[in-house]
Amino acid sequence: MIALLLRDLKIAVRAGGGFGLGLAFFLIVVVLVPFSVGPQSSLLASIAPGILWLGALLACLLSLDRIFALDFEDGSLDLLATSPLPLEGIVSVKAAAHWLTSALPLVIAAPFLALMLNLPAAGYFWIVLSLLLGTPALSVIGTFGAALTVGLKRGGLLLSILVLPLYVPTLIFGAELARRGVNGMDTQTPLLMLAGITFATIALLPFASAAVIRINLR
Amino acid sequence: MVLKVKDLAVSRGGLTVLEGLNFTLSPGQALVLRGPNGSGKTTLLRTLAGLQPPAAGDIVGDPETIAYAAHADGLKPTLSVRENLAFWAQVFGTSDLSPAIDAFNLGTLLDRAAGALSAGQKRRLGLARLKVTGRQVWMLDEPTVSLDTSSVEQFAHTIRDHLKNQGSALLATHIDLGFEATVLDVSPYKAKLRDLPVLEEGLL
Repeated sequence: MIALLLRDLKIAVRAGGGFGLGLAFFLIVVVLVPFSVGPQSSLLASIAPGILWLGALLACLLSLDRIFALDFEDGSLDLLATSPLPLEGIVSVKAAAHWLTSALPLVIAAPFLALMLNLPAAGYFWIVLSLLLGTPALSVIGTFGAALTVGLKRGGLLLSILVLPLYVPTLIFGAELARRGVNGMDTQTPLLMLAGITFATIALLPFASAAVIRINLR
Repeated sequence: MVLKVKDLAVSRGGLTVLEGLNFTLSPGQALVLRGPNGSGKTTLLRTLAGLQPPAAGDIVGDPETIAYAAHADGLKPTLSVRENLAFWAQVFGTSDLSPAIDAFNLGTLLDRAAGALSAGQKRRLGLARLKVTGRQVWMLDEPTVSLDTSSVEQFAHTIRDHLKNQGSALLATHIDLGFEATVLDVSPYKAKLRDLPVLEEGLL
């Protein structure tokens, strides 16, 4: 399992691995927002949590179709499925690798981009906390979507349509947690809901993803 | 006996392609599958490897003893030859790469990226993967595609070694590899087309 994780990380950071694609997209979205909504700093500060969350979600979505597509095309997925590793473990590792290479850089970049959106000082902790807690759910749900569409040539469109509704609860509670934190309101409810969604998806979805891969490999 | 097949039927895309297959594979035995393109050899191998369920019949054997090599070699182009092999060794819980490297003459290519190899070299790396799995039953789908004559001879030699060490092999291949093997022609087991929709004459 560790070997698979290390291999995926190695492939991601080498040339053509797609590392940084999501990060660049996130950067572009956040940089362009002040140009499109205008430079009033009070307006930017109030929409910053929502913009950061939306940007992170779309950046995550961008890299989902790579999770299984490359392994399917070069035959590794067949070989992994016949290896001693349990398929549930393989999909969990794939989700973890996606989080480490696509989502974690967004979490790290978020405070720097928040600066450009004039986020109040109290908000940085909440932005990072909400993204840190919510993005694992995005990776795990995305892995499930990628498992559903594995084997489809250019299944990216279908993947986005399948995954977006499943992302909505995470987005609502994640952005709500960040917004309430920024405004100094009570954060307990969205915090617990977001944590609940993340841990439930991590616990349950790998089994669904593995079952779907088994069917798709037939 | 490492693998026993009883009255097996295999299907592809919902259509049964082969049925009524019975054979056993013993340690030290090689079984060569023959049959024209599209006769279901790959489907049979995928079913035996556990990638898809049989349409009917039984497969008696431990899937944990089988190492499967498909048409595609499962290589990562940005990883080096050594990294590719070491990855599969770790997955299968083995650590000694050198027998596999020697058997397929990969010593001089170890630090090349797999994406920079020729088709034949890639195939050799893909076959070397079988050796690092340490598994007893090898299932190979067209293993000699894009290999030159000396590589084919190397490959046949590796198979002979494997059989000598009480391993077994199941190969789908069209060429004679020059080792003692039981040949199973799959064409007599071709399933009768029962469920195909009848096309109207106007459409033909």
